[in-house]
Amino acid sequence: MRLIGILTGVVMFVAGYIYLMEKPAEPAVMLSSTDTVKVYQLANGMKVLVQEDDRSSVVVSQVWYKVGASYEPEGKTGMSHVLEHMMFKGTPDYPAGKFSEIIALNGGSENAFTSKDYTAYFQSISSDRLELCLQLEADRMKNLLLDEAEFKKEVEVVKEERRLRTEDKPTSLTYERFNATAFQTGSYHHPVIGWMDDLDNMTVTDLRDWYSKWYTPNNATLIVNGDVQAEQVVKLANKYFGKIKAQPVPEVKLKAEAVQTESRYLKVEIPAQVPYLMMGYKVPSLTQAKTAEMAADVYALEVLAGLLDGGNSARLSKNLVRGREIASSAGAGYNPYDRLDTLFMLSGMPAGKSNATELKTALLAEVEKLKTGLAEQAELDRVKAQVIASNVYEKDSLFYQSMQLGILETTGLGWQRKDEYLEKISAVTAEQVQAVAIKYLTDKTLTVAELKPLPMKKMQAGPTSGMGGRHGN
Amino acid sequence: MGISFKFFMLIAALSLLSVNANASPRILQWHTDKGTPVYFVESKQLPIVDVRIIFDAGSARDQGQSGLAVLTNALLAEGAADKSAQQIAEQFEDVGAQFSNGALRDMAWLSLRSLRNDQYLQPALNMLKAVLSKPVFSEESFQRELANLKMARQSVKQSPSEIGSEAFYKALYGDHPYASPVNGDEDSLASMQRKQVIDFYDRHYVSSNAVIAIVGQLTRAQAENLANDLLADLNKGIKLPAIPPVKALQKAQNIRIDFPSKQSHILMGQPGVQRGDKDYFSLYVANHPFGGSGFASRLVDEVREQRGLAYSVYSYFSPSREAGPFIMGMQTKNEQASQALDLLKGELHKYWSDGPTEDELESSVKNITGGFPLRIDSNKKVVEYLAMIGFYHLPLDYLHNFNRRIETVTLDDIKAALQRRLDPEKMITVIVGGETSAAKVKDN
Repeated sequence: MRLIGILTGVVMFVAGYIYLMEKPAEPAVMLSSTDTVKVYQLANGMKVLVQEDDRSSVVVSQVWYKVGASYEPEGKTGMSHVLEHMMFKGTPDYPAGKFSEIIALNGGSENAFTSKDYTAYFQSISSDRLELCLQLEADRMKNLLLDEAEFKKEVEVVKEERRLRTEDKPTSLTYERFNATAFQTGSYHHPVIGWMDDLDNMTVTDLRDWYSKWYTPNNATLIVNGDVQAEQVVKLANKYFGKIKAQPVPEVKLKAEAVQTESRYLKVEIPAQVPYLMMGYKVPSLTQAKTAEMAADVYALEVLAGLLDGGNSARLSKNLVRGREIASSAGAGYNPYDRLDTLFMLSGMPAGKSNATELKTALLAEVEKLKTGLAEQAELDRVKAQVIASNVYEKDSLFYQSMQLGILETTGLGWQRKDEYLEKISAVTAEQVQAVAIKYLTDKTLTVAELKPLPMKKMQAGPTSGMGGRHGN
Repeated sequence: MGISFKFFMLIAALSLLSVNANASPRILQWHTDKGTPVYFVESKQLPIVDVRIIFDAGSARDQGQSGLAVLTNALLAEGAADKSAQQIAEQFEDVGAQFSNGALRDMAWLSLRSLRNDQYLQPALNMLKAVLSKPVFSEESFQRELANLKMARQSVKQSPSEIGSEAFYKALYGDHPYASPVNGDEDSLASMQRKQVIDFYDRHYVSSNAVIAIVGQLTRAQAENLANDLLADLNKGIKLPAIPPVKALQKAQNIRIDFPSKQSHILMGQPGVQRGDKDYFSLYVANHPFGGSGFASRLVDEVREQRGLAYSVYSYFSPSREAGPFIMGMQTKNEQASQALDLLKGELHKYWSDGPTEDELESSVKNITGGFPLRIDSNKKVVEYLAMIGFYHLPLDYLHNFNRRIETVTLDDIKAALQRRLDPEKMITVIVGGETSAAKVKDN
């Protein structure tokens, strides 16, 4: 009760923009429908995607917001992620911890995640409990307390998270440095979790401002997937989210990365035991592909990634892990659904008898081969066979399917792109793969980071006390 | 990379769907021609098949040569019958099949997911059959995989959590086979011989020592044929003798390992419980409100929500063939390690003496039973349950009776089980971290 008393004032502050009058919701409009996905828009602009799937009595409910680390201004990095943590810290009706407690009592599991391009909240629960999820999500979309005392504890939790996941992990730390070198002027420069110094300086006022800017129904998408009826879902969505008034969302300024004209190399020297290598080329994302031709390039790059790392038969395993035994592990990958232009990544750990320099040379040679020669038909067919099969396997996971819809909607591509994927990948030719290798995998947009292990202090293990087995001695 | 979650959890645990989840799946069980138990669930909705073959060939069978079980398993698909590692991978991937394998302390497994259509399924099964029954263990692949294990071993030494876990198991299990690192240590990897791998395979990868689990769009007759054919070329072998029971700890032990990390990683625990143990459900429910249910748990509330000391704090029983560990764990910046450790100890003592409140028990039961549909809502999860039921000889109605077993646990059961199975005066405590933590913890 003490908590609620203190926090009422805070709510009024936050509510300044979005609380306003509640009025009966206007009916939702159906935008489109396919066999699998039904799409609606509430009168306040909130999008609702429903996928009916009655193979189990379970539902996955996700609310996605178009905000993430790449929206954050200099000096305030990590806000989106700390705000995501604070979304569990209560509203006047449901004080801190209550949201999680209610979901748990109803047999559900829940969590949330933040990336550079989006923030999302989800529950997996018995499908007859969907209404509860929507009610609670709508409540925290507009009524979040953002109490200062809670914030002060939670930002410490996030700093522990940063220590755990980045600072004490040599490869993660190397990746952070690598990323900040590849992206220097644009929105992808900063880590999602934020720089430690920014976390130190963050205030609850920053978060209140951030929350009031972005957490509005017209900046959100609800995705419901499972044993539900679409009409019923949209009725419930309207009942709870429909009451929240839309507000103008700040214009999103895309801070594009300055064109890279030089290869960049960094050697990250930190205490560690094994070397590691990361390489990235600047490539377009599907979101930034303005023409059909550029979109085709994106799918060709996906196939190219498959040639290198689409399974244990692909080139990196075949040539570098087996074959020449230069890498202990090696990988390649590309995320075409980033909001901004992105990186085509190669990475690996040298084999015991090799080293980072040899591995780098070998990875570059694989890139060169893609430029100078055509992929064999069997290789291409294999990449495509795996895409076709994965398209079936993913139906075994409601959560995965909802993730795909959420990412596509939130980065502005639109969920329909999901259905195109298979067809577009199937159409890619060996010549196109070679062409994109020549066009994009060039030295002048390459960034290379090498983790060079420094000696770690000698470790000593030994019993220090307690041989008598008494507690608290 | 680059996604941060609000709370530490495995996203894999969230994948959903497919078997009708209101009821528990109907499990059929029989034996192959050669006597291997088969566990099968027909799942008509998706045109896919999941197969999982489990052997009593985990690191508990290493016989002092730690890493042997893992290396043997890793080499299965590195050359079999007349196929090279490359050809094996190609044959799976040409038909979009997903093959994976691995070994833990108790078991080793091979796993296949394939499209149902015979033109895809059959080549994948043929390859799996060869990998399973005709691995060649060439000198070349032996040397390569061994070298990769040695690199992995080096990586362990830069991870405070893995260093801590290794020290914890060593202290907990002493001369029991569970004590040694699953992936081997410097000495064992240095002395590993190819001949040992071949002998290990011959003795452990036999039909008398296997269980097979199948879920998918198959009739029982089709599943029978599949299982019989898949295991047809395995030697019958003999069932392995039991591994020794775990001895109870005689005394507490505090282990501190200096490590140049910003955080101290803390682990506390004891040998806990076996699969199928009569106390299992009492202990499972007992752990739930203590440290097993995220934000609904005492540990998260006290350590994270009230004090902001850690991102991840948890406890669990890891039931195994012999007593698997009870583990409490967290990480916090070095300066706070001593405070955090006191807190963990205090919470354990309190809980051990008083047990959960009536409210905590009720909430836990609601969460566990209400969440039952989520446990079995994908073919992937069901096939793993089947494998577990088969390997640990759990009753066929394990899933069917799961909620009932949870609901009948009482406060008295929990208190009695906690006091019978744990002794807060004899905990193993491991702390891996920086200097500050070391100095303070020493006085503890």
